[in-house]
Amino acid sequence: MTFLRFTLRRLAEMAATLLAASFLIFGAMYLAPGNPASFLLSGRSASPEALKAINDQYHLNDPFWEQYLRWLGQVLHGDFGRSIEYRTPVNTLLAARLPSTLLLVAMALVLVVVLGLALGWIGAVRGGATDSTILVGTTFAVGTPSFVAAVLLQGLFSVKLGWFPSSGSGAGLGSMLWHLTLPALALALYLIGMLARVTRSAMLEVMGHEHVTVTRSRGVPERAVIRRHVFRNTLGTVLTMGGLIVSTLLICTVLVETAFSVNGIGQLLDLSTTTKDFPVVQAISLIIVGIFMLVNFVVDLLLPLVDPRVSLGTRGASA
Amino acid sequence: MTNTLEIDGLRLHLPGAARPVLAGIDLTVGARETVALVGESGSGKSLTSRSVLRLLPPGATTEGRVAVQGQDVLTMDAKQLRQLRTHTAAMIFQDPRAAINPLRRIGDFLTESLRLNADTPAQQADERAVRMLDAVGLGERVLRQYPGQLSGGMLQRVMIASALMGDPALILADEPTTALDVTTQAEVVGLLDDLRERFGTGLLFVTHDLGLAAAISDRVYVMYAGRIAETGPAEALFDRPRHPYTAALLRSTPRLDAPQGRLAAIKGQPPSLKEELTGCPFAARCPFATQACAEELPPHRPVPGEPDRLVACHHSDQLADQLAGSAAHD
Ligand SMILES: Nc1ncnc2c1ncn2[C@@H]1O[C@H](COP(=O)(O)OP(=O)(O)OP(=O)(O)O)[C@@H](O)[C@H]1O
Ligand SMILES: [Mg+2]
Repeated sequence: MTFLRFTLRRLAEMAATLLAASFLIFGAMYLAPGNPASFLLSGRSASPEALKAINDQYHLNDPFWEQYLRWLGQVLHGDFGRSIEYRTPVNTLLAARLPSTLLLVAMALVLVVVLGLALGWIGAVRGGATDSTILVGTTFAVGTPSFVAAVLLQGLFSVKLGWFPSSGSGAGLGSMLWHLTLPALALALYLIGMLARVTRSAMLEVMGHEHVTVTRSRGVPERAVIRRHVFRNTLGTVLTMGGLIVSTLLICTVLVETAFSVNGIGQLLDLSTTTKDFPVVQAISLIIVGIFMLVNFVVDLLLPLVDPRVSLGTRGASA
Repeated sequence: MTNTLEIDGLRLHLPGAARPVLAGIDLTVGARETVALVGESGSGKSLTSRSVLRLLPPGATTEGRVAVQGQDVLTMDAKQLRQLRTHTAAMIFQDPRAAINPLRRIGDFLTESLRLNADTPAQQADERAVRMLDAVGLGERVLRQYPGQLSGGMLQRVMIASALMGDPALILADEPTTALDVTTQAEVVGLLDDLRERFGTGLLFVTHDLGLAAAISDRVYVMYAGRIAETGPAEALFDRPRHPYTAALLRSTPRLDAPQGRLAAIKGQPPSLKEELTGCPFAARCPFATQACAEELPPHRPVPGEPDRLVACHHSDQLADQLAGSAAHD
């Protein structure tokens, strides 16, 4: 399949999926109990007129199809509507919170890739006590949900040792990096363990292959054997995990941002869900679905580069 | 002049085995000589040839001496070992499809050891790769192809080319044709023989195919349960086997020059590595075995009147006529 045809087909698939996802998300929010207007006015004595004004402004009493199509039309023009809770455009709201989340996810991703691959590599190559230690560590990491990790890290490094702040996301890059270190660790911990395990077992599997012995028999230095043949041949396996890694990061960032009071998009999603702020929830959900599909698309584009036996559009096993 | 390969009393133990897997192997390959190592599956042929490059299974321990061009392989340091593997001895493996990394280009496979040992610039390595590909009958474009794009026969040619890259004195070929179809087998064997001649290397050819061994080699070693049962010049050994095991192997092999007669599989199984052995390892399956065979390990003795021949059988002299007859007529 040519690159162009593959890309066009995948883009069409992604558009269709996004459309279906938007309908489901919208429908779920429509059916969910509770009314945004009542949240907005909670604590105040809501006059029927005020309630009606809000319902009219956000078209909350229109039939489902009318609401959905109106919203869809806006989204196609790049406008996610106005937040009911904050009374500002959703786009503005997202733009303000995007940097924290992007930085947090990027930091976590770097941690996952660097530490996950390194630990897997060391465990597979060293074996023995080093390997056992890493195995115990990764078992612990994989068994710890990110919100538990958040509480543990906060307790140890903020409350007890006072090395890192326990909440907030700081201003300016330096301060943000400092504020987001613990959240990034909490976010990454599970995936570090996961990636280390996958890398380790994939490398051990490749080490048993005849071609590795053959390469050694040709006098290639051991480090090069590991790097150019063992690790190299696990890249396909690692790459196919990319979609899973990114989607896990995006989902868990909701919990972690809430736990560390990071004012990012994840925290916003959490808040908006409780206050039934439809437009915000829909926008964020759609963006998450979109990013997930985009990552998988990029993975599929990269796979043939990593494994010549895979042609575009056919995911295959790698050795 | 020193022999290209000299193995003296090589013993190899594996963890969990009750007896040595190799129990005192003596074997030589002279300069430019072709030597065949034959025997049933599990007799230790691969372990013997792999020992020459010190490619041993984890946990293996060795005694004895394995010298390539006079250098002891089993005791050399890592750097010398890399040098040996790159420039002195190279192995050709059974299944080329499994033996070449499917994710790297053929050019990389051919040149990698020369380049990474930092003694040959990439361009020089590439030039040599082109010449070696030409020697095995493949074009330059193969350099940029991946193993998946070549047939098994072509890949085995690539494997041969790669063995020649470092200009070795010795090539070890471990059943290099078993994974190929019959016509390709003949081509590969012919090619190997030509190139051995042209590049002046010694060749240790491991096979369980006696016909092939007779066709390609000057001398043959017959191996059974980790020991050499019998050795000698190919022709003499196949015409007049002196060990009952050699005779039995011959009877179990189809021969073009003696199409009549039935093939007789050797009864019984080779002894398991879990049992210790006293006496001759073949005794349990040998039709001529006596009490002495079960009790005493037969030493390697010269065959009267035939230089270069050794046989490890208590009754080899009495059985000479019987064995020669059975091998020829069945
Ligand atoms: N890596 C290993 N670990 C444990 N045992 C091994 C290993 N390699 C070989 N052996 C054992 O050593 C013995 C000799 O094996 P080897 O591979 O040398 O036999 P072979 O003569 O080459 O047989 P084949 O014709 O099947 O290739 C066999 O019994 C085998 O089970
Ligand atoms: Mg073998």
